[in-house]
Parts: sequence; C-alpha cells; structure tokens
Amino acid sequence: MKITNTLTAMAAILCFGAAQAAPGKPECIAPAKPGGGFDLTCKLVQSGLSDGNYLSAPMRVTYMPGGIGAVAYNTVIAQRPDEGGTIVAFSGGSLLNLAIGKFGKYTAKDVRWLAAVGADYGAIIVRADAPYQTLKDLIEATRSDPTQVVFGAGGSVGSQDWMKSALVAREAGVNYKQMRYVAFEGGGEAITALLGGHVHAYSGDASEVGPYLKSGKVRVLAVLAPERLPGELAAIPTATEQGYPVEWAIIRGYYLGPKVTDDDYKWWVTTFDKMLNSPEFAKLRGERGLFPFALTGDKLTDYIDQNVKRYADLSREFGLVGQ
Amino acid sequence: METLTHLLSGFAVAGTPTNLLIALAGCFLGTVIGLLPGLGPINGVAILLPIAFAMKLPPESALILLAAVYAGCEYGGRISAILINVPGDAGAVMTTLDGFPMAKKGLAGPALSISAVASFTGSLVATIGIVAFAPALANWAMAFGPAEYFALMVLALSCLGGLVGDSLPKALIACLLGLALACVGIDSNSGVYRYTFDLLHLSDGIPFIVVVIGLFAVSELLLMLESHHADTQAASLSGRLLFNLQEFMLARWTIVRSAVAGFFIGVLPGAGASIASAMTYATERRLAGKDHTFGAGDVRGVAAPEAANNASAYGSLIPMLTLGVPGSGTTAVMIGALTLYNITPGPSLFQDQPIIVWSLIASLFIANIMLLAMNIPLIRLFVKFLDIPNWLLVPGIAAVSLVGVYAVHGTAFDLVLGCLLGGFGYLLRVMNFPMAPLILGFVLGDMMEQNLRRALSISGGELDILYASPLTIGLWLAAAAMLIGPRLLRLVERRRAVALVSA
Repeated sequence: MKITNTLTAMAAILCFGAAQAAPGKPECIAPAKPGGGFDLTCKLVQSGLSDGNYLSAPMRVTYMPGGIGAVAYNTVIAQRPDEGGTIVAFSGGSLLNLAIGKFGKYTAKDVRWLAAVGADYGAIIVRADAPYQTLKDLIEATRSDPTQVVFGAGGSVGSQDWMKSALVAREAGVNYKQMRYVAFEGGGEAITALLGGHVHAYSGDASEVGPYLKSGKVRVLAVLAPERLPGELAAIPTATEQGYPVEWAIIRGYYLGPKVTDDDYKWWVTTFDKMLNSPEFAKLRGERGLFPFALTGDKLTDYIDQNVKRYADLSREFGLVGQ
Repeated sequence: METLTHLLSGFAVAGTPTNLLIALAGCFLGTVIGLLPGLGPINGVAILLPIAFAMKLPPESALILLAAVYAGCEYGGRISAILINVPGDAGAVMTTLDGFPMAKKGLAGPALSISAVASFTGSLVATIGIVAFAPALANWAMAFGPAEYFALMVLALSCLGGLVGDSLPKALIACLLGLALACVGIDSNSGVYRYTFDLLHLSDGIPFIVVVIGLFAVSELLLMLESHHADTQAASLSGRLLFNLQEFMLARWTIVRSAVAGFFIGVLPGAGASIASAMTYATERRLAGKDHTFGAGDVRGVAAPEAANNASAYGSLIPMLTLGVPGSGTTAVMIGALTLYNITPGPSLFQDQPIIVWSLIASLFIANIMLLAMNIPLIRLFVKFLDIPNWLLVPGIAAVSLVGVYAVHGTAFDLVLGCLLGGFGYLLRVMNFPMAPLILGFVLGDMMEQNLRRALSISGGELDILYASPLTIGLWLAAAAMLIGPRLLRLVERRRAVALVSA
C-alpha cells in the first residue's frame, strides 16, 4: 500500500514535472553565419530567457546558413521535426522567400510558428544634401524621370529591400521594370553607396539609420510603419501620413519543428508570453534596435498566413513568380 | 594632438594586466588557428566570439581578444603556406608560391623569419596608418562606387600575368574555372538561383572555405598519398633559422612598398588580403626585372604577400570602425561582435565610444610586438611540423581541414563538396594547372560581376559609367600598364640588346 502510494506520488511528480518542465537541450538555430540579423534574434532570446530564469539549462545558439533560412527550414522539417528544445529564428525575409517558393517544396503550414518578438520597419533615406525634402519630392522626381533617381538597398531583386523600393516607385506610377535599382550585399554597402553619391535613395531599415542621422549625413524621408516610431525617429513622418500608403514591417521571431509535442509547444508559447510582457525584455529588445512587436501561437500563425499570402500576391504583381 | 591623447588613453586600457593577458592568449591562439590549414581568421574570430561573450568580457577586452586572434592568424597563415604548401588562410595563397620552394631548398627558417618581419612591418605600418588616416580615409573609400570597384577588380585580374606559372593558357583556364565556381548560388542582383541543381545547400554558393580546403588541402593530401617517397614534403631544415643580411637587404624595400600598398588596398571595403597579396606579389615580380628567382624561392616573393596581407587585414579595420562596413570577412564577424555589445560601428563610433576604438588600436600595437617575439624564437617549434611523418600528417591535416569546413555551415554536404573539389583539384594539379589564379578568379569573379551589374543598373545599361570618373580612368590606366608594361619593357630591352649587338 505504502509502496503503491509512493509510486503514485512519484508518477504524479513525473507527470506534473513533464507538463511544467522546459523542453530539454534548449537550442536556437540562427539560419545564417554568425553576426547577422538571425544571430541577433537568437542572442536576444538567449539573453531574455536566461535573464528571466525561464530555462534551467543555458540556450545554445547554433548556425545553419543558406538561402535566408531555406536550409534550416528544410533541415528542421525533414530531419529534426520533433526536437522540442530547438527553436529556429526567422525574419520577414524568410516569409517572403517562403511565399515566392524559394524554400523548396515546403510551405508556411509545415512548421509550428512560435513567437514574433520584435520588428523593424522600412525607411526611405536620402543623403543630407539631396534635393528631396519629403517623400513627395522623391516620388515626383521619380515620376518625371525614372532614370534620374537610382534606388539602392541591401537585397536582390525580389527581396524585401527591393520590394520597398518597388512599392515607392509604384506610388510614382513607375513600373518596377523602369525603376533603377541597385542590389548591394547588405545594408552597410548600400548606405556607403548612398553616402558616396552612387545611389540617390536607399530603401533600408529604420533601425540602422540612427547613427547616420545623428551625425547629420542622411535625411530620412519616411518610415514605412503604421504609425510614427518611438525614440530618435519620432520626428520622421510615416509614408501613409504623407499620402502614400506604403508599409513594410520586418518581423523577427522563431518557429519550432512540425512534430514538436503540444505540451512543449504550449510551454514555449506561455514562456514567450510571460517574457514578452516583462520590462526587462523590452529593454533587451530596444538595445538591439528592434521596435515592439509581439505575437505568439495562433495569432502569429494567422499573421504569417496573411502575410505570406500578401507577399505571394505582390510577387505575382511584380512578376517574380510565374503567373 | 587630440589623437595622441586618445591613443595614450587607449594604451592605458589595453595595458592593464588582464587585457595584456587576453592579448597574449589571442596572439597565441591566432597563430595556431592561422597555421592550421582550413582554419582562418574568420573561423577563429567566429569561434572565439561566443566564448568571449559567454565569459562576460567587457566589450573592449572582447575586441582586444578578437583583434589579437585576427592579427595572429595573419602571422600563422604563412607558416603552413611555407612548410606544407597549403595556405593557412586566403591571404597566404601567394606565400606558397615562393615560400614552399624556399622550404624545399632547406631555407624554411629564413623564409619564416623574413615573413615574420614582413608581417610585423605590414602590421606596424597599417596600425600607424589607422591612427593617422582613419577619419580622413573613410571619406576617400566612399568615392568608390560600383564602377570604381569593377575597375579595381580588372586591375587585380590584370596582375594575374604575374602569377602565371609556366603556361599562360593554363593560368587563364584556371582563372575561368574559378570564375565559373563563383557563379554558383543566389544571384545577388536578380535573386535567381544559379547552378544550384535544386540543392538548397548551394543556394548561397560554394563557401570560400570549402573551395580553399578542397583545392588546396584535399588535393595536397591526395598528392602526398600518391608519392611513395617523402619528397613532396619540404626538405629538412638547414641550420639557419634567421635570414641573413643579404636576404634582408634584398627584401627591405619590397616589405615597405608592399606594406603601404597592402594598407591602402585593405582600406577599400571588400578588397581584402587576397587581392592585396596578389597585387603586391605581381608588382614586386615586375619590379625585380630579370634578376630574380620568383616562383622558385625568392625571399621577396615571401616578403611581399606577407607584408601586404597583414597590412590589408589591419587596413580593413578602418572601414569597419569608421563606416561600419566590413573590409573583410573577419571584420564582418567583428561587426557582429560589436553589435552583440550594443555598439553600432559607424561614423559616430569615434565620438561615442573613443575608449573602445582607441584601446583596440593600442592593442594592435601591443599584439604586434608580442607576435613578432612569438614568431621568431618559436619558429623552431613550428618547423617541427616538418618532422611529422606522412601517416600522421595526412590524417591530421584531413581532420583539421574538414573540421574547418564543417565549422562554417555545420552540414555534411560541405564535407562531400570539399572532397569532390579536392579530387577535381588533384586532377588539375596533376596536369600542372596553377591553383592561385583559380582561387583569385573565384574570389574576384563574384565581386567583379556584382559590381559590373550594379554599375550598369545605375546607368540603365550605359557602358560609359565604367570610365566616367577620374578614379576609374586611373584604375583602367593602371590595369593597362600592368598588362602592356612588361611586354613593352621586354620589347625595349630586346631593341636595346639588338642595337648593342649591331653596334
């Protein structure tokens, strides 16, 4: 009797433990080389989880570069679908490539979307001595002679950076094919080209312009956010405010493999909900140049479904995928 | 004057016992990492970065560690290049050309010591350069747009003539193979996947490290296995470890010239150690006139690339610190390190974070002196690598190289790819194709294509953008001079010889 009781108690502890415990071997896969945005995303959750003591074991950050997340996406689905402790970083860029079909045979339905923890927004930037004072000036100049305004950014044709330029050009009534666009490797190269006068407008990200803005070298014509951004960019009007409804959010977050158990998935979602509400995490996020943006679980999955659809429509409109 | 005050405060930070110890550890680790084929500064910095962060080092100490590792790698890369004909990193590719022949002649000691002095001088010149020019040079580098970069790449390729072995067609074929390999992967202009055969692992192209390890290390191992004697290895070390006065006098201006040139090339974002060492090697070979043994073990052929690759490695810190633009793969990883510490490298870094910038620069001076001290007395230790028998060396190199390949992407695919490229490289080497043009074609091909297409996207397809600015015109003229100059000289010399004979 006593033994049975003990056993029952032990079993209860075990079951209780299983429902509450963090999944074993926590790991964040950054689907790129060290040092980029994906690395930053993983490091953010690594610090967030350890500072808040959500995990007993420290989270490892590993790297799996290839195709803006394509290699990691395929590896996790095909080879590591049930690792409850493994989260993978994704970005808006991953979603765009997913929508265009650059992630291979898998779709957005093939993973379990966990959380989006922050966002960056597009920004249209020109050199401080450029003749364009407002987004309207730039758009009108593009309208009158598309060859005179050269856009540049850190991504290839069809990338998010290109989309931002193409959407601005569309406002000017200029076809994406007539638009002059120069693809650089990464925002750093593009902003150097802007400062060097080799391109005239840079469709970059709001988070990266701070230091250049402070040193007075650039002018930000618009942020592509639903409303004005906090902090040093508060004075910059949105594109929508200026009469051009162009919005571009680049969210950053994580997903889990498709066969992760519901218990593990729930544990992660609850943990992220707690972490995202803490002021400590808000501070960590701010330090990494990300703006507040929090969605988890089903809400995130809906958001992603909508956006992947929107991206797919845009890509068809811009002729990036076959009709 | 203000610069001097900043520099002194930098020394005060870099000179604390902890930071000195960190720099010492970084130098030692860096030399070892650089010396191991396959592990280069990028891997070294990338591997140590998480460790530094996990150890909760303050940002300036972490940067000192990474900078010391970077510097150490540039020293270490030459050791394997000279001793086993496998460049330890990309910048040491050119060092194999004369370093290995010297080692085979029994001059490994002088080759290593003169290259240590060359590395030291290159680093010193570049560090002084950083102090003197950092803010001003940032503006200069910005004048380089796509068209200027394209012209620069053409200039670099036109220097290829200087690295040709016996046969120009073979060098050109090798270069074209390199260009072809560079085409694999996502086209960063249109975003289309090229030659990936639906393999997602190829979507970012063939990683540089895989090409280097495959073509240099794996093929070298196959050649080693093929030979029944140990004579593919360098001959045993002669008594002399230090270069003599004659060798020093021969190489001293080479070192200074290459250091200065390497520094300026390093400052250009994107143009790194490989271009710097290739260009200076070719230039020195030209300048040497008839009276040289380049390719067969000339001290100047070791001194030039080593001075240049260290100088350019340090020079590439300038765009990183002043513009936030990486000048090399390694500085790209270091930018990642700064970001981890919530420091945005960029125009305002010198104003906002003077301590970090200047302690980094001060630590470069300190690390450099440590490295010189390590690399001349410790040479004997490194030369011991020659005594390792093939049965130990081949699997050892294979293991370390493949770990290096695996470390980059963490996929077995790269291992297979590296081995395939190794088999391919072996065939090429058996047929006497030179490998250096291939690797340069690979590195430059990608950048050249991107910049040409960027330039043409700016102009809407008009070619005149390529020679529109004074800078491009200067670069084209320099390229033409590199191509035509030597032939013209030879022609003039022949005329003179004919005239002398007839007179």
